[in-house]
Amino acid sequence: MSKRTIIPFGPQHPVLPEPIHLDLVLEDEKVVQAIPRIGYVHRGLEKLVEKQEYANMVYVAERICGICSFIHAQTCSQAIEDLLPIEVPERALYLRTIWAEMSRTHSHLLWLGLMADAFGFEALFMHCWRLREKILDMVEDTAGGRVIFGSCKVGGVRVDIEDAKLKDIVIQYNDLEKEIKEITDVFVEDYSVKHRLVDVGVMSKEDAHVLGAVGPTMRGSGVAKDMRTLGYAAYKYLKFEPVVETAGDCYARTKVRIREVFQSIDLIRQAVAQIPGGPIAVKVTGNPTGSSFQCVEQARGDVAYYLKANGTKNLERFRVRTPTFANIPPLLKMLGGCELADVPVIVLSIDPCISCTER
Amino acid sequence: MSYLAKSPWLIHYDGSSCNGCDIEVLACLTPMYDVERFGIINTGNPKHADILAITGSVNEQNIPIIKNIYDQMLEPKVVIAIGICATSGGIFRECYNVQGGVDQVIPVDVYIPGCAARPESIIDGVVKGLGVLEEKYKKYGKKR
Repeated sequence: MSKRTIIPFGPQHPVLPEPIHLDLVLEDEKVVQAIPRIGYVHRGLEKLVEKQEYANMVYVAERICGICSFIHAQTCSQAIEDLLPIEVPERALYLRTIWAEMSRTHSHLLWLGLMADAFGFEALFMHCWRLREKILDMVEDTAGGRVIFGSCKVGGVRVDIEDAKLKDIVIQYNDLEKEIKEITDVFVEDYSVKHRLVDVGVMSKEDAHVLGAVGPTMRGSGVAKDMRTLGYAAYKYLKFEPVVETAGDCYARTKVRIREVFQSIDLIRQAVAQIPGGPIAVKVTGNPTGSSFQCVEQARGDVAYYLKANGTKNLERFRVRTPTFANIPPLLKMLGGCELADVPVIVLSIDPCISCTER
Repeated sequence: MSYLAKSPWLIHYDGSSCNGCDIEVLACLTPMYDVERFGIINTGNPKHADILAITGSVNEQNIPIIKNIYDQMLEPKVVIAIGICATSGGIFRECYNVQGGVDQVIPVDVYIPGCAARPESIIDGVVKGLGVLEEKYKKYGKKR
């Protein structure tokens, strides 16, 4: 057995936008084991329920993460609406779906850019982020914020999108689709990109099951599971199939996310075509009681919210299980036996969101 | 403000932020806002950096790391607190694990409010930081 070396990776590292620490145990250039250490972004916001009223927790939940912000707010609102209980108007459900899919497209484009940066393709990174800005402009136009939408509230949504604007969004997405296609073709077909991604960080279907992977990380290993098929918000009225790739390597996970961008654009088109008129919110009265469990598909996988209330203005328990937390055991499995140079690519391939993980 | 002899380099550290401000810092570097055309580069090495940009409300575990990065940077240096969390703790001010602002840990020169801070305001803050940096250069020159 050759000599073992431990290389610290993070918390401050050029490829990491967020702090996470990995101790990489190496034998020559091969990673034998990866030991994670988390807690650099833990703020303890679950305990804020004692100080904030339940309606305000939606805005706290939105700030769990700046990338999947809208879907966090949506899940939190859904759970509170389940506790109260109140019926949300159809139009609000559709608007939530449209915003959730917009946030998915911008999150995936952001990830594609970061991935390009991780394997050293700087120009591709810039192009992905250039296209992402166009989506952020639409978000700002409709919701008011760029990364924190702030448009979801208990009982519905805060602002309406006029029909003319909805049509305009579809037109803009139609143009954007062609441009995204040009960029994603590079990911799928380019020789040098394939060289960095194919057969790197392979995870089998069994491992994905056993280790409890979620989202694109799991679907890249051939498991067709997508929480949107549960039919929350307006997904019950829309037609779609979970995107699945079978290879289980970084290339497969990249392809899943690329196909999901186009799937999201298609979902937005369907939602805009079907959206009914009517009110966008109902009045919220009373305090929540009981407990609720909600599972919603984020860009990174399924997020689970458990809320418990006792009939007062403050909730009793606010528990969030986020997708990256579930994806860390699969990540450690993928890192075992890989080359040191592949570590940044594999770490990014699960789309890590540390602020979600630690809350 | 006159001019500096070289473009400032920037190091970014996420002191337990929600990611929102971090991606806005990155957005500043990408084609829409593109501060790289002025030679401002996001470096990963504290010894190369003139400006330390910190986002987030700084939790217990991050204190030694932030101090470490700050101490490794060469004088003169400027610290910019990006976002309302880095300024005062923001929505997480009452959480048990946060310090409530970067200035609880290291001295801060420029504060950029906003949740999340917009790229325009981040660029504005960095430009303001350049002024501070130049002042510090002058002081540094006199001392020697």
